[in-house]
Amino acid sequence: MVPLSHILALSAMLFVIGAAGFVFRKNIISVFMCIELMLNSVNLAFIGFSRYLGNLNGQLFAFFVIVVAAAEAAVGLAIIVAVFRNRDSLNIEDLDSMKL
Amino acid sequence: MVVIFYIAAALAILAALSVVAQHRPVYSALSLIVVLCSLAVVYLFLGAEFIAVIQVIVYAGAIMVLFVFVIMVLNADREVVSQRSRMAHWLGAPLVVALLAEILFAIWNQFPAAGTSPAAPVPAGPAAIGHLLFRNYVLPFEVTSILILVAILGAVVLAKKEF
Amino acid sequence: MGTFSETGLLVLITLLKIAVVIVVMLTAIAYLTWLERKVVAHIQSRWGPYLVGYFGLLQPLADGAKFILKEDIVPLEADTIIYWLAPFLGFTLALLSIAVIPFGEGFAFHGHTITFEITDLNIGLLFIFAVTSLGVYSVALAGWSSNSKYPLLGGLRSSAQMISYELAMGLGVVGAIMISGTLSLRGIVDGQAGFFHLHGINTYIPHWNIFLQPVGFLLYFTAAVADTNRVPFDLPEGESELVGGYHTEYSSMKFAMFFMSEYANMITVSCLATILFFGGWHGPIFGPYLLRVLLPVFWFCLKLFCFLFFYIWMRGTLPRFRYDQLMAFGWKFLVPVGMLNVLATSFVVAWVSSS
Repeated sequence: MVPLSHILALSAMLFVIGAAGFVFRKNIISVFMCIELMLNSVNLAFIGFSRYLGNLNGQLFAFFVIVVAAAEAAVGLAIIVAVFRNRDSLNIEDLDSMKL
Repeated sequence: MVVIFYIAAALAILAALSVVAQHRPVYSALSLIVVLCSLAVVYLFLGAEFIAVIQVIVYAGAIMVLFVFVIMVLNADREVVSQRSRMAHWLGAPLVVALLAEILFAIWNQFPAAGTSPAAPVPAGPAAIGHLLFRNYVLPFEVTSILILVAILGAVVLAKKEF
Repeated sequence: MGTFSETGLLVLITLLKIAVVIVVMLTAIAYLTWLERKVVAHIQSRWGPYLVGYFGLLQPLADGAKFILKEDIVPLEADTIIYWLAPFLGFTLALLSIAVIPFGEGFAFHGHTITFEITDLNIGLLFIFAVTSLGVYSVALAGWSSNSKYPLLGGLRSSAQMISYELAMGLGVVGAIMISGTLSLRGIVDGQAGFFHLHGINTYIPHWNIFLQPVGFLLYFTAAVADTNRVPFDLPEGESELVGGYHTEYSSMKFAMFFMSEYANMITVSCLATILFFGGWHGPIFGPYLLRVLLPVFWFCLKLFCFLFFYIWMRGTLPRFRYDQLMAFGWKFLVPVGMLNVLATSFVVAWVSSS
């Protein structure tokens, strides 16, 4: 059986890779995909703990995370489509209307 | 048997690096699908068979299809190289590594590798999850259904061409 | 047998089963093309293939040779990796879903029971839905990577149709699952053994789910025909509509892979319809031991053949839906009917199990 620290290490690595992509990528759809990557790493942590504590609550939470991620992806992509129609660019530097 | 976890974990990390490093969004989306499927294998290894299959059906099979559709319809192409300063990259990369080192250190301290062995495996089939979902978690279940309804309405209204 | 370990024997038997299933599936796909051409031709009052071999039976071999020897044309601006990935992905996934389908009862061999399936997952039905969900990618990516108008439109339309009807398919199946109480395909078939008994009298009606779930079956089969992009739902690949749809720019072996994956999906969906609603391999069993082992497989293949014949019959007879009619039918009619079916079935199951 795999030690819990290995599972959490995998989750941490995926989370940090997702966070790095979220900060460094310029295409808004890629930024959104890095958000999904972070959500998945959290799911993995939930399922790892559920296995090690021997109850199913972690899996239920992972289930709700998946459902909420689906709703979030639908609305987020609709926003991206609407923004693209108005600004005609997917580069987050072009979508930035702040003064500085 | 345990080697399956390490193979799937290595594949997930390589694919995650590919998600972040690819220039074209379509390749990032395909790499994210590989991450999702290898995480589904890890969930199966950890005994969460229902969540693994739901991950493939819902996450890899529906949410990512939505991503791929939007990428195709908007014809998202290569990323342009930024004109702004690269200071963020030079400053940010070591900080990302420092964040990872800090998290791994905290995990190692809290859960040493030779620590407690896992509890007995609980049957995690659809029947068990259903029992828990419809008894203890029925309020989050109903609220989530309202959330999905709101998300559908929001997505349709936001993406319509004209009213 | 004493020199093999248990797991070694299991691996060997499983590899043998995989080899048999792949060979039988590929032959079945090839001769399904022959059957389709013959049946559609006779519906249209003509002969169909008859030159190559008696009754045209060697026609699939001739077609295979043609596909292998044809020139492989790749569009100039096509995205190479994805262009090559899409047909192979589709074909792999189409063959993968056969892994959990049980074809017969099984037999005893030197103290081991060998069942007629590669593996029996206790979430077998969800596995097939998962593989079908991933199959949408081969269509969408094929349409996009060809870098041309008609394939892109055909690919987007086809994949939107597939994900819409997957939902209706899932809802149609929920009723049968509630009656069987398990997601394992072997368990669902085992629940359909025997006959209906009314007040202890044996009516000789088989205990199949079709008699308990007629609406569910119609829903499932309609959605399955739409999900496999067959007539009357084949607008994205009809020749007069979008040239060839998502496989316009593909030639020779890659086109053959799309073709074969469509037929493999047809076979999978028909197998599922047989298992979920028509009792799988149950039928009259009699005779010596060899006959008892082979007769369930024969009944399963007979029911499967009826479904495939029905698919081909529909192709020769029905006109096709327009795309907006197709999507409206899927979302505005099938999904509400599916939900009502689930509601009604759950009430009846709860009432019966509490009385």
